[in-house]
Amino acid sequence: MDPIRVIVQSCVGCNLCFKACSYGAITMDGPVGAREGKPTAVIDLQKCTLCGACVEACKRYKAIVITRTTFKGQDVKAYSGICVYAEHRLGKLASVVPEIVGAARELQKELSAPVTAILVGNGVRTYTQELLELGVDEIWMIDNPDIGDFDEDVHAELVAQILMEKKPEIFLGGGTVVGRSLLPRVAAKILTGLTADCTELSIDPSTMLLRQTRPAFGGNIMATILTQNHRPQMATVRHKVMKPAAKVENPQGKVVELSHIPVPKTRLEFLEFVEEKTSTVNLVEADVIVSGGRGIKDPKNFALIEKLALATGGAVGASRAAVDAGWIQYSHQVGQTGKTVKPKVYIACGISGAIQHLAGMKGSDMIVAINSDPNAPIFDVAHYGIVGDLFQVIPELVKRLENGA
Amino acid sequence: MKIFVCIKQVPDTTNVRINPETNTLVREGVQSIINPFDVYAIEEAVRLKEKHGGTVTVITMGPPQASEALRECISLGADSVYLVSDRAFAGADTLATAYALSCAIRHLGGAEVILMGRQAIDGDTGQVGPGVAENLDISHVTDIRKIEEVTDGRIVVERLLEEGYARIAARLPVVLTVVKEINTPRLPSLKGKLAAKKAEVPVLKASDIGADVQRLGLNGSPTQVMKIFTPPKPGGGKKFTGEPAQTVGELLSELTAAGITIRKR
Amino acid sequence: MNYFLTDDQKMIRDLAAQIAREKIAPIAADFDESGEFPWEVVKTLAQADLYRVFIPTEYDGLGGGVFEMCLVVEELSRACGGISLCYAASALGTIPIILYGSEEQKKKYLPKLAAGEIVAAFGLTEAGAGSDAAGIKTTAKPDGDSYVINGTKQWITNGGEASIYTVIALTDPARGVRGSSAILVEKDHPGFTFGKKENKMGIRASATRELVFQDCRVPKSNILGKEGMGFLVAMRTLDQSRPGVASQALGIAQGALDKAVEYSRERRQFGKPISAFQGMQFMLADMATQVEAARALTYAAAKSIDAGEKDVSRMSAMAKVFASDTAMKVTTDAVQVLGGYGYMKEYPVEKMMRDAKITQIYEGTNQIQREVIGLGLIKESARARK
Repeated sequence: MDPIRVIVQSCVGCNLCFKACSYGAITMDGPVGAREGKPTAVIDLQKCTLCGACVEACKRYKAIVITRTTFKGQDVKAYSGICVYAEHRLGKLASVVPEIVGAARELQKELSAPVTAILVGNGVRTYTQELLELGVDEIWMIDNPDIGDFDEDVHAELVAQILMEKKPEIFLGGGTVVGRSLLPRVAAKILTGLTADCTELSIDPSTMLLRQTRPAFGGNIMATILTQNHRPQMATVRHKVMKPAAKVENPQGKVVELSHIPVPKTRLEFLEFVEEKTSTVNLVEADVIVSGGRGIKDPKNFALIEKLALATGGAVGASRAAVDAGWIQYSHQVGQTGKTVKPKVYIACGISGAIQHLAGMKGSDMIVAINSDPNAPIFDVAHYGIVGDLFQVIPELVKRLENGA
Repeated sequence: MKIFVCIKQVPDTTNVRINPETNTLVREGVQSIINPFDVYAIEEAVRLKEKHGGTVTVITMGPPQASEALRECISLGADSVYLVSDRAFAGADTLATAYALSCAIRHLGGAEVILMGRQAIDGDTGQVGPGVAENLDISHVTDIRKIEEVTDGRIVVERLLEEGYARIAARLPVVLTVVKEINTPRLPSLKGKLAAKKAEVPVLKASDIGADVQRLGLNGSPTQVMKIFTPPKPGGGKKFTGEPAQTVGELLSELTAAGITIRKR
Repeated sequence: MNYFLTDDQKMIRDLAAQIAREKIAPIAADFDESGEFPWEVVKTLAQADLYRVFIPTEYDGLGGGVFEMCLVVEELSRACGGISLCYAASALGTIPIILYGSEEQKKKYLPKLAAGEIVAAFGLTEAGAGSDAAGIKTTAKPDGDSYVINGTKQWITNGGEASIYTVIALTDPARGVRGSSAILVEKDHPGFTFGKKENKMGIRASATRELVFQDCRVPKSNILGKEGMGFLVAMRTLDQSRPGVASQALGIAQGALDKAVEYSRERRQFGKPISAFQGMQFMLADMATQVEAARALTYAAAKSIDAGEKDVSRMSAMAKVFASDTAMKVTTDAVQVLGGYGYMKEYPVEKMMRDAKITQIYEGTNQIQREVIGLGLIKESARARK
């Protein structure tokens, strides 16, 4: 049977499902159904993603039915607890870790289950204190000199082994380069579900399932996803979105060493890490970001943005339009396919405010926009906006700041 | 060298709009394009072929219209293309997609290097590459910004990290997902476009690739979308219009009143 | 207006337009400033197979004709009338080989030109022989199994960058025009050097240099066709390439018109966009009508040539004269529409006006073109009256 069907006798041909479909999978050219003269909905299975938007739209007539089945999953009842991946790089815990621990502790309030962390590497016991102070109840650690730098072959296998042994019902990782490479491989090993880049996590009170909400279509829509029959329910969490865990005064958690799990062989060889410093402050960590977009018009005008960045002690960002035009490197790109930033102040200059860009910066504490178009969408999210010519406004602003405004 | 590229045909999300009445995506006039990150993968594949000899095969899992995207790949230098398409694949999440693609790759005899873009601009997950590698039991590295060299079954790559890059060597076969820094894709050539026009796009169905039907489509997807909604539109704040000297002054007083200082300390 | 292009013609045009938009437009202003030769663009055009368009399939070309070549030149010129010459002037230098080359010569040069590995140039003009092309003084003295070339060609487009040159020289000076021959000379051949690069008003991204021949000895097998055919080669070549110049002018005009219309909608004076004023609308309407007429003439001339029409000189001359005069008028009007901004180098139209001027001058001045048309009319009338 097809996973989604239109019950022709119930369909009145009202078009609501057609309008609700984001994938263009519905056409209104089926045989006449419940209402005379009105053709019914036809669903193209090749385009349908079974997102259920049409079922929702048709709640009055209930003419569309989705039969959700999955292949056999793990024994759900045997899994409990919320586990996080304690990513570490360059001698410290990754800055996303406090955020995922924070998210785990929020979930803990609904689930009343321990928050655990997987810590794998060589010499990693130095991070245990910090993790315990974040409120982790138990750390599952493999500290072994045979483990080198992050390696998909080694780390994915070790993490999968730990998950299969310890059976947490939820496993969270950071939406970092490492997280986005590691977790999918682990999920494919274990055969469970993984949702990428979540901006919201919560527990559904009736089913106790993890509701995983994330942006799609370049940030234009949000999707809420469930992993019903498989465990652990895995998710990567977008950096700089969740609140970091508050420090715990007297940490009570413990460290469990899983030294019985052997370190697997690898087909990869880590050769070296090359640090690349940018001339202005690291974008993701900056308190102030000054960004330039299409309104900058010319690569040499980026000097204006840099001047303002210097005057504010901030970092230089850019919209996709500026990066695609080759005016500035991709490492400065803020947005859906660039970096997500959450500075104290974000100053958007000559940026129209396309959804893809907003996705990367709307979490900023304060947004200031400078644009000559009073109708630019950026003004809808900006706390303060100046409608004007940035080539005049920015120099004026720099002047005032330098003179001690 | 046998090189495979996995692509996805996606709606051009940079030009997508929300219908304010229904709060859904407006699909009319939104073009279907090759996922931009995959275009870089195709270019890198063609460059590898030019350097080391071999063939470039492009595959995609999608509806029949995805054959248009495959034709475009021919004009960009692909030697052969395959459309993996079947009703059975409907509703697939990344796990089911990676499974289907790896069955197809296995059916086509495997490859030494399998390339794809870092993520698709509609799903944005970046999960299919690692999933394909796991299914084929080969290694993978993501976020590749440069392929330094390939010698004697060993490939050396540069992987883009948050604070710089790592140099990694991998034994072939390997799956690599690429970022935009890796190259500047060539424009299609006329000869390529003429070949693309005439090309046959063979279709591989679920039964052709020896896939376990339980692992395909919605049934093969542990994650399922429960709800789609548009993010709430935030309200706007204060707007200042007028001469720069005046508006900048107003802005700075407002910020000071709000206790915010943007001057470098 | 619909000119009923075939799918393949649309494909060629659209690809050229894409390259113009993505690769040429962003660099046009800088290259105008520096005068650098756009080798990167040559590479892009080559890789896209655009140099193959007008070369026969037997020599790795795509077998298109003058019309297809014109479609490319028009689209490239819309983005920059100077950069487009790295293509158009190479076409001019390739045509003699296609029309009059021996099998050996074609096999030697055409595949490389089709691949865009090298570009070509055409050398006829001299200091004392512009409109009066018959007044050329460069000699190619037969000596054993070689020709020894002496003389200087002036204002040769692609001079110094091209690898292969078709040079019109006198193999038998006593016979004047009937003693001229077309001879292929390769760059870096001993005795062949270049003068300084000219500093021009417009089309600054194209290289214009003197070709200097001092006892330059080339094998007799380098001759195109036979001795005495020089002028024939030149005239037939120019007949075919003339729609190319018309297309260059057409592209420049279209680019200027596009900018003028866009600007008129954005610029507000007296409380409304200036496009709201009838005076502006009339100006734009006249510009657009002239551009379209130029296009129709150019396309018709190109298609006639490709169809093998015998007498193409008049059509070809009309297309060139009308398109280039239109380009000059439309670009001047475009500057006027943009007003003060139009005069500033920061805006693209003053460059287009500077670029347009040459199209009224080279490949036969518009005065010569008018003479051709006029004389042709008179001859025709005289024949009819008999």
